[in-house]
Amino acid sequence: MNEPLTNAYYELLEEIQAVDFVLCELTLYLDTHPWDNEAVQQFNHHAHQSRQLKKQYEKQYGPLFQYGMSYSGYPWNWKEAPWPWQV
Amino acid sequence: MWYYEKKLQYPVRVRECNPRLAKFLIEQYGGADGELAAALRYLNQRYSIPDKVIGLLTDIGTEEFAHLEMIATMVYKLTKDATPEQMKEAGLGAHYVNHDNALFYENASGTPWTASYIQAKGDPIADIYEDIAAEEKARATYQWIINMSDDPELNDGLKYLREREVVHSQRFREAAEILKEERGKKVFF
Ligand SMILES: [Fe+2]
Repeated sequence: MNEPLTNAYYELLEEIQAVDFVLCELTLYLDTHPWDNEAVQQFNHHAHQSRQLKKQYEKQYGPLFQYGMSYSGYPWNWKEAPWPWQV
Repeated sequence: MWYYEKKLQYPVRVRECNPRLAKFLIEQYGGADGELAAALRYLNQRYSIPDKVIGLLTDIGTEEFAHLEMIATMVYKLTKDATPEQMKEAGLGAHYVNHDNALFYENASGTPWTASYIQAKGDPIADIYEDIAAEEKARATYQWIINMSDDPELNDGLKYLREREVVHSQRFREAAEILKEERGKKVFF
């Protein structure tokens, strides 16, 4: 991607990072508290939210994953969004 | 199998080019209590640990790779515009001669990473207590680096990483209790 990144890019990225942080915390918590039903529900709720946000991100900035976890545009657009250490 | 996700776990920002801070940060890249050691330690121990804690070791080990990428990003941003002269002034002259501005798995004093930093005793209690100790040492190291740093933007990322070590330690302590319970059951039957 050659255009300079907009505020909207950083806002969406941070929104994803925030939701994924909740998922990370819940993952480790549930690893030692597998019977906490409320936490499982929160986990599933945020997993859904994360997927929606990533769908939106990928439509605008290109794939987040490889190996078939994300779809590709044409031409192959893995390099479309900047690499994490470049932003 | 693992999937790479093209984003950082938490935003990394630095105020300015500062190879001196990068030199300290490398401790958490390729040092004894750094993120590489953490990731490899947990992902290696998980094969021989009781089933109830394999998930935790897998997930924390995976998160450590996300932290490794954050540290790499910090080092990269702090050194990418540094001249050879600035590298030398920062105590990175020997690093520059060997690696230019590339990253390398070494500690703050330039000693390359070694597998002898990590243990695998096969005894679940011994291994999980090593993991708790590793998290506490990593937390302390982050604090020492924060104490050396005057970059508030960098410190925001470092404080996040320090807090993750606190959470990891807590989860490993819970895992230790789970393992003790399991061990008790085995003896009982
Ligand atoms: Fe950790």
